[in-house]
Amino acid sequence: MATHHGADSGGQVTMRIWRGDASGGTFEEYQTPAAEGMVVLDVVHQIQATQAPDLAVRWNCKAGRCGSCSAEVNGKPRLMCMTRMNHYAPGETITIAPLKTFPPIKDLVTNVSFNYEKAKQVPAFKPGPKEADGTRRMYQEDVDRVQEFHKCIECFLCQNVCHVIRDHEDNKPAFAGPRLFVRLAALEMHPLDTNDRVELLKQKAGLGYCNITKCCTDVCPESIKITDNAIIPLKERVVTEYHDPVVWLIRKLTGNGRAKSDE
Amino acid sequence: MVVESRFETHEYDVVVIGAGGAGLRAAIEASAQGARTALVCKSLLGKAHTVMAEGGIAAALRNVWQEDSWEVHFRDTMRGGKLLNNWRMAQIHAQEAPDRVLELEEWGALFDRTKEGLILQRDFGGHRYARLAHVGDRTGLEMIRTLQQHAVHKGIDVYMECNVQKLLKDGERISGAIGYWRESGKFVLFRAKAVVLATGGILKMYQITSNSWECTGDGVSMALDAGADLIDMEMVQFHPTGMIWPPSVRGILVTEGVRGDGGTLKNSEGRRFMFDYIPEFFKAETAETEEEADAWYDDKTKRRTPDLLPRDEVARAINAEVKAGRGSPHGGVYLDIASRRDPEYIRRRLPSMYQQFMELADVDITKTPMEVGPTAHYQMGGVRVEADTTATTVLGLFAAGEVAAGMHGANRLGGNSLSDLVVFGRRAGLYAAQYALEQGEMPAVDDAELEAATTAMLAPFEGDGNENPYTIHADLETCMQNLVGIIRTESELVQALDELATLKARLGQVTVQGNRQYNPGWHLALDLHHMLAVAESITRSAIERKESRGGHTRDDFPATDATFGKVNVVTRRTDDGMAVCQEPLPEIPDELKAIIEEKS
Repeated sequence: MATHHGADSGGQVTMRIWRGDASGGTFEEYQTPAAEGMVVLDVVHQIQATQAPDLAVRWNCKAGRCGSCSAEVNGKPRLMCMTRMNHYAPGETITIAPLKTFPPIKDLVTNVSFNYEKAKQVPAFKPGPKEADGTRRMYQEDVDRVQEFHKCIECFLCQNVCHVIRDHEDNKPAFAGPRLFVRLAALEMHPLDTNDRVELLKQKAGLGYCNITKCCTDVCPESIKITDNAIIPLKERVVTEYHDPVVWLIRKLTGNGRAKSDE
Repeated sequence: MVVESRFETHEYDVVVIGAGGAGLRAAIEASAQGARTALVCKSLLGKAHTVMAEGGIAAALRNVWQEDSWEVHFRDTMRGGKLLNNWRMAQIHAQEAPDRVLELEEWGALFDRTKEGLILQRDFGGHRYARLAHVGDRTGLEMIRTLQQHAVHKGIDVYMECNVQKLLKDGERISGAIGYWRESGKFVLFRAKAVVLATGGILKMYQITSNSWECTGDGVSMALDAGADLIDMEMVQFHPTGMIWPPSVRGILVTEGVRGDGGTLKNSEGRRFMFDYIPEFFKAETAETEEEADAWYDDKTKRRTPDLLPRDEVARAINAEVKAGRGSPHGGVYLDIASRRDPEYIRRRLPSMYQQFMELADVDITKTPMEVGPTAHYQMGGVRVEADTTATTVLGLFAAGEVAAGMHGANRLGGNSLSDLVVFGRRAGLYAAQYALEQGEMPAVDDAELEAATTAMLAPFEGDGNENPYTIHADLETCMQNLVGIIRTESELVQALDELATLKARLGQVTVQGNRQYNPGWHLALDLHHMLAVAESITRSAIERKESRGGHTRDDFPATDATFGKVNVVTRRTDDGMAVCQEPLPEIPDELKAIIEEKS
């Protein structure tokens, strides 16, 4: 990250913010004083407090934990609370647009219900029987990789940037998107889980649509290796389950015996 | 029937307001009991403030220390709360927390593990044994996501970005609530047999606060308005270690886990000053020298480092060091883990802290000490509840989590909040459902009450004054920060009451710009009514308690006073506002008293 200090202290910040709703809108330009250490969300809040009281923006934690303040800052999907102003050159006009993949509600707020609807389709966690002593035993090395997926803050930046749905609205019914693949990977690789989601992955979740361009991984603020660690292993699992005759036979005979291709 | 055609109307057995840890757990339980359940939240699901909890969830699981037990956890909680706690809540909490943690694991949560493959537990301030189940430093996220994903399959109706503004009553009992959709600004009426308040924190009225925009005190204020008792409102917890530089990061916390994992507090002279601030109450169990304190990290039978005294003690000590001129350049003190643990250990144990300082403050915590200072964080006081059932003093109204009071007394121990949420969230859901299912017909909604509520909600659009809600909010924050902050005194508290009255008058002069569609200026104007009511209750209660205890420090009454140790300060609605009075605490049974008084 290039670091500049000119935009950081003294002086003014110029920001163009998309104002509008489902029926359309335009970018409006605002100027406001800069202060040391500001992040983009601070500037948006300052504009809201002094010039545009009805400017709609989602935020909660302002610390990169809740994933509410996602937007496209100078064309790049980012969390506004974690994007410092000194990331940009002094005097550079900063343009804030709502996430493009989701329908606009107002200003920077979009309708992200797509993600919640897809989440409802994911079969729940279903643990197997407990140990003989009544405990659940899992070892750190076995949970490490699943904990990576649990870091997801549901900012939906990966969903926003995924071209399968970003540029093709008609793919939405048949494609769950990277966030949900991370969720599915977390369940599939959970040491205790016994549920089977391969059918879902192949059919309704549309795993096959992903052609591994890694755009999702690039924008993840939690640095989850979405493509390498979640999507590719899931793709391998689907292939193994469907095409490996040994796995097919085990499944027939035992009723489960899921292949754990990447374990 | 006139009522129902005017608004979007829904009917439920139980309506849960708030979808953090307590609300989610309550909704899951109510639904499991067979109650038709709605979960209403102001933000998107999964964004509630619970995600911010870092350090862990306290429960005597005994995975790390066999010596631990519910009794020791109960003792730590009561002593940490300066014995102002509702003893029965503290007992239930300590007894049930382990089951609630294991339940989260059963629902898919993945806590860090011991070598034996069990849930690992970490040290935290005020807890005698390593007791906090955790996931690195993002335990709250793990908890809320686990509950959220579990709830999705339970047939609960979720109303997101829906802001409840008023509780409704049919005579003495609750009959529902009314609010608005943030997206459209349209009203929505919930008719309900029981309502669970799980609205969380209230400290958005302070300048330096860890609380988000949501923490406006609406739950506490709506309960007061509906006739419920509030208690302990003067008890505000300032977390000792918030980030203080650059200004934009103020309010972001540095987990107590940093100290649990070896970090120590130092002043500008490089001295570990906490040794100078060990109160008599904790002398027996606290190390006196650096050597003794450092030995404790490896041998927990030794006495603990004073860096991990309860939060109120540490916050006051930092405040005193800064006042004495031994602070850091930006008015805090140093928290140093860099010189005490290797970089790999720090990055593994505290990944979010590492990232947070790197990205927001250009500080590498594996190389440089952090600058930290006290930050308004948690409200111990709130709605008075019955310990076992979470029932408030209003029939059909229940409360759990931060909005409820009693569990933490005068000061909350870190890690006791997440456990509070699930222990009492479950109980709230259980007893609200039981109550609702015993009711016959849906209670009636009073048309006049509805009319008044909707008129009040639209009033900011009708105004002709020129006040800006954001300016009033900023002035409220300044008032509370300066006059009702960490150290209080009578004259300043009285001045605060005056200023609050002025702010209330100014709020009447607000005119909101724009329309009803997703309009934060309008939303803030409505939230300010709640914030002002709650601020007044805190201030009046702070005047009433003429002693220093836990989260309430009076410069003019610096000592703890045993008479005040026997009472709660209660806030009640009156015809023309609110009034406070003192009422006796529930008497602790002798066998529990013995546990508390046991020397460590």
